[in-house]
Amino acid sequence: MSAVSGAKVVPLAPHTAGTPAHARLRGVTRVFELPKSTLHALGPVDLDLAKGEFFSVVGPSGCGKSTLLDILAGLSAPQSGTAEFEGKPISGVPDGVGVVFQEDASFPWLNVRDNVAFGLRRAGVDPAEITRRVDYAVGFMGLKDFAASYPAQLSGGMRQRVCIARTLVMQPRLILLDEPFGALDQQTRLLMGDELLRLWRETSATILLITHALDEAAMLSDRVGVMSTRPGTFIDFVETGWEKDRDSRVVSTPHFGDITARLWEKLRIEALKIMSAGKG
Amino acid sequence: MSEKLLRVIVVVAMILLVELLCRVGVIPRMVMIAPSDMVVELGKILASGQFSADIAITFTNIAISTVLSVLLGFAAGVVIYSLPSLRDAIEPLLASYYAVPTFVFYPIFITLFGVGSASIVAIAVLLAVVSMVTATLNGLDRIPRVLRKTGQIYRMSRVKTALLIELPAATPYLFTGVKLSVAYSFIGVIASEFILSGAGVGYAIAYAYNLFDNGHMYALMLLVLVVVTVVNTFLNVIDRRLQARRQR
Repeated sequence: MSAVSGAKVVPLAPHTAGTPAHARLRGVTRVFELPKSTLHALGPVDLDLAKGEFFSVVGPSGCGKSTLLDILAGLSAPQSGTAEFEGKPISGVPDGVGVVFQEDASFPWLNVRDNVAFGLRRAGVDPAEITRRVDYAVGFMGLKDFAASYPAQLSGGMRQRVCIARTLVMQPRLILLDEPFGALDQQTRLLMGDELLRLWRETSATILLITHALDEAAMLSDRVGVMSTRPGTFIDFVETGWEKDRDSRVVSTPHFGDITARLWEKLRIEALKIMSAGKG
Repeated sequence: MSEKLLRVIVVVAMILLVELLCRVGVIPRMVMIAPSDMVVELGKILASGQFSADIAITFTNIAISTVLSVLLGFAAGVVIYSLPSLRDAIEPLLASYYAVPTFVFYPIFITLFGVGSASIVAIAVLLAVVSMVTATLNGLDRIPRVLRKTGQIYRMSRVKTALLIELPAATPYLFTGVKLSVAYSFIGVIASEFILSGAGVGYAIAYAYNLFDNGHMYALMLLVLVVVTVVNTFLNVIDRRLQARRQR
């Protein structure tokens, strides 16, 4: 299969050599003040996302993956270090960044079409342009026959498509996905992964995907960052070597097994640390 | 057989049973008139306009009480929600509020507002407002955090997030408060008219009762039942639509 030719699993530095960083984190830490203590959730983390790269983050539960995403999305500010998008410091949600959350974020009071158009209307986009973009996104995500349906009438997978379409219409240059398929069954996840790859190729956006699923990270990504237990830092970067026109069929290749084995090798140690701490 | 049809059959059967018991004299006419006579009497009083002023006063007071309860309850709910310390302090009081028989305060309202609509509306609002406060708190609590985050992603202001995301998200719960406010306003207004009014449907029912005028008394009671049923059916239709969209 052409998708896997020449693929190698190699550890890398926090950046992709030779390409300018689209988003960059340097020495980023995040500490939460709790009523009686402080929680060091993240960092220090260094990360460069190359423009157009599909990057996934895997790590044990509670390692700060979502905190990392919140910082890149401008939803949370780091305690120390710097976060930049397109060369500018991130302060608030930057223009050109879209986020898809794990939880169902569709608006139950709006039909699919109005859900998808929501952000464009708030941004004051011309109505004709809204119609054009919404038609495209609804068609692209296979929602055309459900355009007048309300989220309550759709399955979990369909609702997540609505959320992805809602992000897609805003034409983001950086798409952040926080375990978007976490609540879906395995078959739907694989198919949604294909949709995501198609979207990525179509938009040329940079994608950062947070996931628990090693197979999802291995199948979808150009590069996977493995995080340690809390406070989360990157302990390994694995380049998958897939070609850009890959799809879910790569899961049946030996190379896919190599990548997931490599990811698990690193992650297993971290997971064991959590289990040992729990026993102690 | 559908649940709806069965419900109608049960209600019709009960009415027919009462009709039969009245007609054969098991229930004396001095106690209750037959349901068919109630309908005839209701037609007569509506046609004659004898109680039109009372009917207008009562339903106006109910409408005013409902609007005030919903607005005040919503505003108070939002304020309490935004002040967690205040909420912690008064939430137990809200939870036990309906253990207090509100009508014991009627002398205070007569002193403050005199005998008339103002006192009646005050008691009805007192009775209804807490249900709206509680529904508002519940609605705001149940807005998924991810929807607020979505508002942030679209770089919406606090006011726009409140109006375009939080308010619609909380609407099904707020509507429960509206429904309860309507119900408590009916109870508050009509019950208050029995004890502190010289006008209104409640007063007219009590007046007819004192004169052993069963015709007028049951006709007015039927009127209240019909209006309450129609209003509730209408509210339930809206409620079902809102609840159906809430399913996630």
